[in-house]
Amino acid sequence: MDYNINLLPPKFLIQRDKDRCIKCGACARQCANEAHVIQLDGSIKAIDERCVDCMRCVSICPTRAIRIEEYPVKFRESANWTEEAILEVYKQAETGGVLLSAMGNPKPFPVYWDKMLLNASQVTNPSIDPLREPMVTTLMLCRKPARLELVDGKVVTEIPPQVKLNVPIMFSAMSFGSISLNAQKSLAMAAEEVGTLFNTGEGGMHRELYPYQDHAVVQVASGRFGVYKEYLERAKIIEIKIGQGAKPGIGGHLPGEKVDSEVSQTRMIPEGADAISPAPHHDIYSIEDLRQLIYSIKEVTDYKKPVSVKIAAVHNSAAIASGIARAGADIIVVDGFRGGTGAAPTRIRDNVGIPIELALASIDQRLRDEGLRNTVSLVVAGSLRNSADVVKAIALGADAVYIATAALLTLGCHLCRTCNTGKCNWGIATQKPELTKRLIPEVMYKRAANLLRAWNHEIQEMMGGMGINSIESLRGNRAMLRGVGLTQKELEILGIAHAGE
Amino acid sequence: MDCKLCEVYCKTAHSKSKDVIKAYKEEFPEPVARIRVEGGKLLSVAVSCRHCEEPACVEACITGAMTKNPETGLVINDPERCVGCMTCAVACPYGCIKVGDIALKCDLCDLSGVPACVEHCPNNALIYVEGGSEK
Repeated sequence: MDYNINLLPPKFLIQRDKDRCIKCGACARQCANEAHVIQLDGSIKAIDERCVDCMRCVSICPTRAIRIEEYPVKFRESANWTEEAILEVYKQAETGGVLLSAMGNPKPFPVYWDKMLLNASQVTNPSIDPLREPMVTTLMLCRKPARLELVDGKVVTEIPPQVKLNVPIMFSAMSFGSISLNAQKSLAMAAEEVGTLFNTGEGGMHRELYPYQDHAVVQVASGRFGVYKEYLERAKIIEIKIGQGAKPGIGGHLPGEKVDSEVSQTRMIPEGADAISPAPHHDIYSIEDLRQLIYSIKEVTDYKKPVSVKIAAVHNSAAIASGIARAGADIIVVDGFRGGTGAAPTRIRDNVGIPIELALASIDQRLRDEGLRNTVSLVVAGSLRNSADVVKAIALGADAVYIATAALLTLGCHLCRTCNTGKCNWGIATQKPELTKRLIPEVMYKRAANLLRAWNHEIQEMMGGMGINSIESLRGNRAMLRGVGLTQKELEILGIAHAGE
Repeated sequence: MDCKLCEVYCKTAHSKSKDVIKAYKEEFPEPVARIRVEGGKLLSVAVSCRHCEEPACVEACITGAMTKNPETGLVINDPERCVGCMTCAVACPYGCIKVGDIALKCDLCDLSGVPACVEHCPNNALIYVEGGSEK
């Protein structure tokens, strides 16, 4: 980097405790950003501007000699011109380009999960101890018939294909290309072990994931990467991706350097070519068009596979969801604005979309009002951080949730938000073999499975406290929620009472 | 994955203090790691004594210091008898005997449990199995 008057100061300062450092060089050999460099005399030099604070060196250092601190340069900030705002202008003055960011919206918009509280039973109805009594968190996704007809005690109504989940949590879409095959495989193995689903994302299904196909949701996105008949037939659920919470209105962009031979074969595109998903599906300009695609997919898979439609939470989500239900989808997935991504234009990530809590409540209400709720399952995504968020989502009307950021955290992600560089030191958001080998699926899947089991235990505890013994009885049970510090309008949209009412 | 922490912890395990920082910075003579990582970032492998069925080092030893325990299969060097001629180091086909005042080699941490290199491998690349002649 040139040191000149247009200094863009490094974000982080690498502090090495000389008394502790044994010069083993593990930090230098582990850092793909080359922020630590072994010099000829054996000493190790830190190059601060290359550091992304991914914590790999800090974690691996056998003597805890390394600390990463914020770089102590103080801009002349104001409440309006924050350091970030100033820096972004400098950056654009230098490059003339669109600012890119990774992961979800970091701005201090309200997190409604944290403004809702759960109920618990006292005296008048008994709470349930989930360790002693049955507590069902198993559920069936997809369209349910409006009524069952019985002849001679036997059901004669045709039941549409159903998908069973042992826990109300699935792994959200992350494509091969954006994350490594090892990361995908870890999630696939965890999904198989716990009895839930993982999602291939829009990048096709690698042949090494075929053994886990019974637990796979496959995506059909605007780029149609890796989509062919067999791909659809392998899936448990086929998901049409219209939008993504982190960047509603635009498509994905996988830089050519990440498209190696495996990614190229799986996506069915030339090696080294940028994989750009168009912003819209060019065959979907209306609900009627969407219906055509849904039924094309159903036709090709012999009406055996449920079709899901994923949209980003935006202003008219409720009306759009109603349309999707009428178009014949079996599942609607709504992704909130705090959902993560490998790369998104900063302005879009930070300013487009709406909170998932509000979108979920309004969609569930609209579908109920229109008598469509039983025709679709509702799955929400976009930053479910813990089991309490999951319980609140289900009480607001979701059937199940998708997690992705939390899932990556179990695989070692430290949320450094530089997925787009392809130099992920934890072997997740990269295709470099020397980095992906750091993530061993047979070892890491246990951590992802642990998370699901832990959350499921906690969900059972919370349900037990409320005196509810089945996740089906919690769904849409907004009486279990109370708002704190919310306006009348917010309470109205969420469909919940204020605490104390 | 080329972090070489096995070397760090082997050296520590064969130090007086059993402390990483002291082993590297204070002890004299400096302790020696008996394992070493070959290769680079893309492909690396930790090499240490294979505790062979028919160890060349034992055969080569001129004083009878290097012995294979018939019960445990462990090949160790008796520091009292070793004269430091390093014939064993020349004989070892794996290059697993380190040169010091006497010959230094992996002792599987005296069979006191999981060896330090295996215990501290951050990526479970090293595993400890008693596998007869295959291993």
